[in-house]
Amino acid sequence: MHPVRKKRLLVITAIVLILSAAVGLVMYALQQNINLFFSPSQIAMGEAPRNAIIRAGGMVVKGSVKRNSDTLAVAFDVTDFQHKVTIEYRGILPDLFREGQGIVAQGKLNNDGVFEATEVLAKHDEKYMPPEITEALKNAQRSTGESAESVQSTY
Amino acid sequence: MFPEIGQFSLILSLFFALSLALVPLIGYWKGNRLLLETARPLTFIMSALVLVSFVILSLSFLTDDFSVLYVAQNSNSQLPVWYKFSALWGGHEGSLLLWVLILSGWCSAVALKIRTLPEDIGPVVLAVLGVVCVGFLSFLLFTSSPFARLLPDVPADGGDLNPLLQDFGLIVHPPVLYMGYVGFSVAFAFAVAALITGNLNASWARWARPWTAVSWAFLTLGITLGSWWAYYELGWGGWWFWDPVENASFMPWLAGTALLHSLAVTEKRGVFKSWTVLLAIFTFSLSLLGAFLVRSGVLTSVHSFAADPTRGIFILALLLVLVGGSLLLYAIRAAEVRSTVSFGVTGREAWLLLNNILLTVLTLTVLLGTLYPLIFDALGLGKISVGAPYFNSVFAPIALLLMVFMAVGPLSKWHHTKFRVFFKVCSISAFIATLSAGLVVYCYEFDFIAWLSLAVAFWVVFLSFSDWFGKVSAGTKGIIPRARQLPRNYYGMLLAHLGLVVTLVGIVLVSVNSHESMLRLSPGDRATVAGYEFQFDQMEQVKGPNYVASKGQFTAYKAGKAVAVLHPEKRFFSTRQQVMTEAALDAGFTRDLYVSLGERLEGSAWGVRIYVKSFVRWIWLGGLMMMAGGLLAALDKRYRKRAGV
Repeated sequence: MHPVRKKRLLVITAIVLILSAAVGLVMYALQQNINLFFSPSQIAMGEAPRNAIIRAGGMVVKGSVKRNSDTLAVAFDVTDFQHKVTIEYRGILPDLFREGQGIVAQGKLNNDGVFEATEVLAKHDEKYMPPEITEALKNAQRSTGESAESVQSTY
Repeated sequence: MFPEIGQFSLILSLFFALSLALVPLIGYWKGNRLLLETARPLTFIMSALVLVSFVILSLSFLTDDFSVLYVAQNSNSQLPVWYKFSALWGGHEGSLLLWVLILSGWCSAVALKIRTLPEDIGPVVLAVLGVVCVGFLSFLLFTSSPFARLLPDVPADGGDLNPLLQDFGLIVHPPVLYMGYVGFSVAFAFAVAALITGNLNASWARWARPWTAVSWAFLTLGITLGSWWAYYELGWGGWWFWDPVENASFMPWLAGTALLHSLAVTEKRGVFKSWTVLLAIFTFSLSLLGAFLVRSGVLTSVHSFAADPTRGIFILALLLVLVGGSLLLYAIRAAEVRSTVSFGVTGREAWLLLNNILLTVLTLTVLLGTLYPLIFDALGLGKISVGAPYFNSVFAPIALLLMVFMAVGPLSKWHHTKFRVFFKVCSISAFIATLSAGLVVYCYEFDFIAWLSLAVAFWVVFLSFSDWFGKVSAGTKGIIPRARQLPRNYYGMLLAHLGLVVTLVGIVLVSVNSHESMLRLSPGDRATVAGYEFQFDQMEQVKGPNYVASKGQFTAYKAGKAVAVLHPEKRFFSTRQQVMTEAALDAGFTRDLYVSLGERLEGSAWGVRIYVKSFVRWIWLGGLMMMAGGLLAALDKRYRKRAGV
């Protein structure tokens, strides 16, 4: 083979090899680490898988936050004003976690329909609403139309 | 009155930017010297006008002029004076003004140095920068003017700066980061000017290199500062979150790193020319993409500015015009600048090519992970988030591979390397590196990834030093005179590479040897974390300039001896009704003690985070070394000689 062509072939083979290895790695990692978001309504309707890592979120229901008196365990309900889901968490909640505030939690839905969170996220600006929750609330409103006012009044 | 002058001066500067974008180019096509020479004065006037509006907006902040909407939203009369000034870039409008100010600053710097370039190229570079300025100035003026007024109902006081931003980090992080981001537009302008004029030879790479190195150094420092700020300010002790906005700054860094290396090949050997130009365009595009991700609110992130769809569309349009235009130009002209020199597959060129491939792949994997939720959503598949494990599991192996080659590259010769010599040096180093890494890991807990990473770290250190030693011990002169003779460029590279190693060691040791615990403690309680005993001494109420705080006192004991007293705070900012965690740190060379308060629980109990993190400082120390390396490389005598001519 012509030396220039041979060189080019070598370079291209190297690129293809590295790229395919990277693509394989990416596909594998994406499969493992994508976390789908489910609204309380979707969870209530059984759309969310059990015992798989997912994200759930909504507005924290007023008066629903219950703390354990000896440990850092805490339980609270989140709602999209259609359905509620109970979230259990052990640890320190973020500064902007408050009743009536939108939050997103990551964790697993157990067999009792309780969401066991490993991470609770509230955003760092109180004006800011996670887009997933804005949309979940909009969808919930659209499905009935009645609760629009109650959504408005909570902000 | 003053804010209107600021606005007016911005509008004027837009006109000057427009002329800067057009007149020199017309001059270039017509071959008119006079028109070409307008580029420098136009640049200086434009920059001065932007500076005037920046100064006026700072004055509005410092004098609490709440008739200006942006000031009213982001400041407060009780804010300490240095935060009043930095509040200027605490929101979207002001930070964009800062961006434009820095952009015009870079333009002026180029205009000052331009005499070293051939007569017709300099003005074209400035004209391309002018186009970029037009884009950002019109973005600022048409979608987000910081001078909009609240008249006649002037609020009595402002809405205050987000408490998270009331910190030293906000004063330094954005300006430094923008210096880096925006600096890449200079490399972009050089690339586009080279395409326009068709004047793409090795000297092109020599002009572009110091500019790229300086921007890269700033971006490195900016990212390092951001990581350090997040670590102590967000109150949960992480130093990197793979947050979309962090990725937005990281992608141009990766591409910029690739650009630095391919510029080196283009300068020294005249190969990879068209690839280098393309990389310069990509690096700048990634900076723009970063701006889009941060400012359009399409992605969930801790940095999100309040979202406004028109802004997103404007940046997207800007991105399409600038990137699309330059790629079109590239498609038309690139064929003319193809390299004619060939390179050997055993030479240093090949290693640098490998470096570029791996860095590009890294950039793409980060890009994919960042944009995947958008793609997923656009296809109607649902709302997802891509977690940090994705990035860790994809990034770590490729980055380690890159570092293995990073040590080999400098050791090899241009064009062709003798394999036998090469193999001898490498195999000895590999052997020592594996052994010493094994020894270190044996002292801690055994962890395969940690062992592998440390082996890579030792490998780079050994090979770098043996390369240096080989260079200084050759020849008849003594070691010290030879060491002095080596170019700064070389020492810059050495320092940057070792900096990356230091960062790697920090990352590895933090991940395998951190102890984190969340506890429920009352004053008087004690807790043991990683051999340190933490005593919760007391809790008191204190008053700050614009907040009230619960301030805790913890004493850390090691083997019965007090080693540190820590004061974590929980601050309540009344203007915004917002609570902020202020973590307390005892920083050390080999370990950090970290205490932060969670919520107050029943009675006097508090949720408390106590972390002991080993070698976390090394992550940022390495960043500083990389920055210094970049600056050192930019200061190489080669570039300065040209400047003197």
